[in-house]
Amino acid sequence: MNIVVCVKQVPDTAVERTLKPGAGTLDRESPDGLINELDEYAIEEGLKIAEAHGGEVTILSMGPAKAAESIRKALSMGADKAVHVLDDALAGSDALVTSLVLAEALKQTGFDLVILGSESTDARTGVVPAMLAERLGVPQLTLASKVDIDGQSVTVRRVTDDGYATVTGSLPAVVSVVEKINEPRYPSFKGIMAAKKKPVQMLALADLGVDTGAAGLAGSGTTVADFAARPPRAAGQVVKDEGDGGTTVAAFLAERKFI
Amino acid sequence: MSEVLVLAEHTGGGEVKKVTVELLTAARRLGSASVVWTGPGADAARDRLAEFGADTVYMADSPDLTDYPVAPAAELLAQLVAAKSPVAVLVAGTTEGKEIAGRLAVKTNSGVLTDAVNVTAGEDGAPVAEQPNFGGAITVHSKVTKGTPVIAVRPNAVSAEPSPGAAQLVAVAFAASDAAKTAKVTERAVADKGERPDLTEAQIVVSGGRGTGSADGFKIIEELADALGAAVGASRAVTDAGWYPHQFQVGQTGKTVSPQLYMAIGISGAIQHRAGMQTSKTIIAINKDPEAPIFEIADLGIVGDLFTVLPQLLDEVGARKG
Repeated sequence: MNIVVCVKQVPDTAVERTLKPGAGTLDRESPDGLINELDEYAIEEGLKIAEAHGGEVTILSMGPAKAAESIRKALSMGADKAVHVLDDALAGSDALVTSLVLAEALKQTGFDLVILGSESTDARTGVVPAMLAERLGVPQLTLASKVDIDGQSVTVRRVTDDGYATVTGSLPAVVSVVEKINEPRYPSFKGIMAAKKKPVQMLALADLGVDTGAAGLAGSGTTVADFAARPPRAAGQVVKDEGDGGTTVAAFLAERKFI
Repeated sequence: MSEVLVLAEHTGGGEVKKVTVELLTAARRLGSASVVWTGPGADAARDRLAEFGADTVYMADSPDLTDYPVAPAAELLAQLVAAKSPVAVLVAGTTEGKEIAGRLAVKTNSGVLTDAVNVTAGEDGAPVAEQPNFGGAITVHSKVTKGTPVIAVRPNAVSAEPSPGAAQLVAVAFAASDAAKTAKVTERAVADKGERPDLTEAQIVVSGGRGTGSADGFKIIEELADALGAAVGASRAVTDAGWYPHQFQVGQTGKTVSPQLYMAIGISGAIQHRAGMQTSKTIIAINKDPEAPIFEIADLGIVGDLFTVLPQLLDEVGARKG
């Protein structure tokens, strides 16, 4: 089975993140970049499926040169090879462009199963997996907390807003995963050494037949008009419980008419 | 006046979810609000939709819309976008709503904005969406520059205001194409949240964290939520440990909430948790550790053991009610 896992390098969620002055695009340079956390679950699921059903796992990432770090990490977890879509014209791409570029890259790599994290921790739009399924014209089996493959049939437990649904489709398909699905493995020393020799194919927009005018800020369907740091919350009152903590909270709730 | 399409979220029995009337309130600022109702129940919902200013209700009662997730609803909206040329399409910013928005944006080659907490008409009349980025650390105003703006609006963000509308019922013929029927729902289950409000729509959310210690210890969170008529939330530590179901996780990889009151109990308030709740209007934190970062954003913080503070609070709440 040809499994492609899409991976995005994002700023570390444990540090403050910001937008670039002027452009309103993500400041990808300043915070430490790392692999989007939910993508690690996608990689793990891809590896598990390949182990159980046979096949090869390819990592697909679109991003600046620094994204190579995330690609290397994915390879060290055990993926076989990678495709890195790198082009200066991609800077500032929104979900519409991202899904277009990934879809074109997937047409080149071919795929039986595309697996993604259900959202990235930076933009958090959560729309790219659905957009990819739409562009590729294959079943959308997203928000999966469980994936079962039986021959050509794929069944997922889809996490819904109020519970879950069981959804079935046939290969080829697009799957997105939530973090409940598995426990991502840590790269082993052997894996880290092996990753250095694994092939990473570089693709530019021209290789994908995507016009540079259709990518980046120019090709995007959205623009940031302005942005500002949210005013910090006014410091509240912090008191030590001296046996009256519950009473203090109750008085506060009553004063604000919550009780 | 140009139309604005609003995709209704409802329970199926004609009960309109609160986010739908919030969407109607936002839609009226941009043009004439037209509801798109999927499945049965539009007749029963008509009064409520009229109360919040729906001029038209397009009813597409096709089983395809429930038998297959996301794709048919996007196809229906694309069909209406082509027929009505609306100025915008508003959907609820739920996980499914966002997916529908994404597919619609591809179909109509339009810009899509998600997680809007407000939508207003810009100087040119086109919609401007306000979005909190990075968990609310930055407020962004965004516009769509291509196609028909598709905007997913976060539940509980826009305050719904009534304004009478005609709510004229218009039946729409719809059958999903084969391409939209490739993923089929074979089973649906609703997680038991008892009589509690939806987490993303609740006025009050009571969340418990690692400090509750166990599934058993977490029960006091439910007890307080019930005393306050609140929804229950949980930190990732709790859902990862299996003390409480995943659906109730608040934070970076879970739900984003902005209730009137958020109570963080036994939650340290790592940045990943704050990303899911820091736009709440009022925040109360209870934690043993005086250095817990949650206290930096709390309006009221109690440094203490939740298992001594909460029983006293429950008694007080009970006494004030009784």
